[in-house]
Parts: sequence; structure tokens; C-alpha cells
Amino acid sequence: MTSHSTKKHSKTLWAILIATASMNTPVHAENTGKSILDQQCVSCHTLSLTTPQTVEQLWESKGPDLSSAGVKYKSEWMTNWLQKPVRIRPAGNFYANHIKTGEKSDVIDKATLVDHPKLSSNDAKLVVDELMTLKHNQQLVKQGDYQPGTISMTLGEMMFDKFKGCLACHQIEPGYGGLSGPEVYTAANRLQEDYLISFLRNPQAWEPKNIMPNKNLKEIDLQKLVHYLRALSKEDFK
Amino acid sequence: MRPSFFIISISIWSLIMTTDAGATTAERNYKTYCVQCHGLDGRGNGINVTDMSTQPRNHTDAKEMSARTDEELFKVIKEGGQAIKKSVLMPPWSSTLSNEEINDLVKYLHTLCKC
Ligand code: HEC
Ligand code: HEC
Repeated sequence: MTSHSTKKHSKTLWAILIATASMNTPVHAENTGKSILDQQCVSCHTLSLTTPQTVEQLWESKGPDLSSAGVKYKSEWMTNWLQKPVRIRPAGNFYANHIKTGEKSDVIDKATLVDHPKLSSNDAKLVVDELMTLKHNQQLVKQGDYQPGTISMTLGEMMFDKFKGCLACHQIEPGYGGLSGPEVYTAANRLQEDYLISFLRNPQAWEPKNIMPNKNLKEIDLQKLVHYLRALSKEDFK
Repeated sequence: MRPSFFIISISIWSLIMTTDAGATTAERNYKTYCVQCHGLDGRGNGINVTDMSTQPRNHTDAKEMSARTDEELFKVIKEGGQAIKKSVLMPPWSSTLSNEEINDLVKYLHTLCKC
């Protein structure tokens, strides 16, 4: 008697489960930000945990970690860039995978660089709405950490080059500067100011094996460098 | 007699294994962090050098490299060029690499300059 009724119950339960499951998966699924990310982006980007944690993962990584996109990028920039992506890191996501010996010095192996996938304006908006909800490392960012101010271009460049040695790895205008890191003349268009302060204060807190060194910058210098990045991003280099 | 032979061979084996591991890590760290400036073949000609006001050290130059003590090499990797009154373009790697990894890199440098 008891076993019979359990069986009957579980049958009904199965019927309900199957019915709900088929209701949730209509044949023509509408794209959502999440479904686009899962289908077109996760092959190169991590969304839920911050990598790389080891040197091996650094070599294997195919794109920047997006798990903190919501506290890192400016949404308007992302929406535009995803429709018209242009290269930010001259030597690709991890430079060492894209270099070869050249005549005078090592050179970028351009044949190994791939163009970034493009999205329609509708898909870009959906994806950006979803990305802006990802805040894995939000505890590292303090709202209002950056205090708006200015610095002259001359002084800013002197800090970036002569005093702090940042030019070794970063271009401050197209064709001028180091190539292993992202171009910085667009950094303040792309990145939130409070994130920039947090990242420059401690790049390893964001990614322990990061090739961006911790220069132990003073708080006042962090602010000045971000003033400079903001000034650079307003220049017209075309 | 026997147990001591066993212990000795174990310790020799573990010595070989650890130095081996150290050398592998050092080569990997060099290829990850150093070649951007010092170059794939260590000649101070990495992808970053074109616009540099001071050119990176050529690690294959035995004369230049043997002018430095291991303590200086350790210090310049850990604290950056300015720590030994050299260029600010050489960054401090203390937040990236452990003391042990830096020591292994100093040993690795000797294999590059063969000195
Ligand atoms: C084939 C690998 C690949 C795929 C697939 C891919 N990306 Fe990327 N993505 C990259 C690389 C590499 C970069 C760095 C580009 C650069 O620096 O020029 C990047 C950069 C980005 C950036 C800027 C991040 C930063 O820190 O500069 C965003 C945002 C982004 N991708 C979103 C997406 C989205 C959304 C998708 C899916 C629609 C996607 N990507 C699919 C490889 C990929
Ligand atoms: C040894 C090379 C190197 C040096 C020196 C260096 N950086 Fe970087 N920097 C990098 C790399 C590589 C990245 C990318 C790290 C990542 O994606 O996590 C980066 C990232 C950045 C970013 C974020 C840019 C972005 O698009 O995500 C800023 C801003 C920045 N660096 C500024 C500086 C400043 C300021 C200095 C000097 C105090 C400096 N860097 C020194 C290699 C370097």
C-alpha cells in the first residue's frame, strides 16, 4: 500500500518536472546577455573567478578576466568597443605568446594575433548590462577613492617615464612606449577611476601573477598618475 | 651500512630534484617576466626596448655580468634598478616573486652569461 502510493507520487512528480523543463526551453530562445556570454565569450574570458592564479594560467589565458567587469570598465566604452573592437594590447593578451626574434630586437608576431569578435548594437547592450553585474573583486575598490584633479602633461609624462619607469611597458601615444602592457592613452576612457587607483596601488591583489610590477606608489602619486591618464585620454592622436 | 647508503642516495636524489625544480621555475619566470625587456635570447633586446632611454642589461655579456655580485643581482631584481643606482626602468619584482624564486633567477643568470 505505502510503496504503491509512493510510486504513484513519483510518477506525477516526473510529469510535472518534464512539463516545467520543456516550458523553460522554448525552441527559439531569445538572446539574453547571459546566453551570449555563455555561447560566445567564455571560450576566452573568465566570468566567475579571477584568474590567472599561476604562471601556467597566465600563459594559457586567452583574454582578460571579466569577473569584475562591473567595477572595472566604463559601460559606455564597453558598449561601443564591442561593436567596433580595436586592439588595446599591442602584443596580445599575454605578450610572451606573441613575440619572436627580430633583426635589432624582438618583435610582435602579428600573424598570431586574432581580431576580437564583433557584436550588434543590440547584443552589445545586452551583454554590457550583464557584465556590469559582475563584481567579483568589488571589495578591492573604494567608491570615491579617486579625487578629481589635474596635472600638466609635461609633469605627468615626467612621472610616467623618468620617475616611475612606466613607459617601459606602456604606450602613451600610438607608436611611442613599451609594448608588453595595454596602451594607456585610452585607459581612462575604458576604466573606472576608482578601479585605476586600486589597480595601481596593488596590481597583484587583482591578479597575483600579473606582469605589471607593484611599484609601491605613494597615495599622492596614485592620484597624480590617474590625473595624467585622464588628461591623456582627452588627447586626439589621430 | 645499508640504511646510511639508503639515506645518502635519497638525499642526493632530493638535492637533484630540488635544484632541477628551481631551474625549471627560474627559466619559466625569466620567460614570463624578464624577456619583455631583456629579450628572448637575453641580449637586452626585448619587445619593449625601442623607446627606452637606457637599454636593458645584456645577460649574455660575461664581462658586464661578472662585474656584479650575487647580492647585487638579488637586490636589483627584488627592489628594482634604483636600489643599486641604476635605471628606474628596471622594476622591483618583490610583490611578484618570492625570495626563493629570485635566488633561482640569480643562478639562472649565471647560465645565460656562462660566468
Ligand atoms: C578568441 C578569444 C575571445 C573571444 C571569443 C572573446 N574575447 Fe573579448 N577579448 C579577447 C582578447 C584577447 C582581449 C584583449 C584585446 C586587446 O587587448 O586588444 C579581449 C578584450 C575584451 C574586453 C576588454 C577588456 C579589457 O580589459 O581590455 C571586453 C569587454 C571583452 N573582450 C568582451 C568580450 C565579450 C562580451 C565576448 C563575447 C561576445 C568576447 N569578449 C569574446 C579575446 C576574446
Ligand atoms: C614590466 C612592465 C610594466 C611596467 C613597468 C608597468 N606596467 Fe602597467 N601594466 C603592465 C601589464 C602587462 C598590464 C596588464 C595587466 C593586466 O591585464 O592585468 C598593465 C596594466 C596597467 C594598467 C591598466 C590598463 C588596462 O588597460 O587594463 C594601468 C593603468 C597601468 N598598467 C599603469 C602603469 C603605471 C602607472 C606604471 C608605472 C608606475 C606601470 N603601469 C608600469 C605592465 C607594466
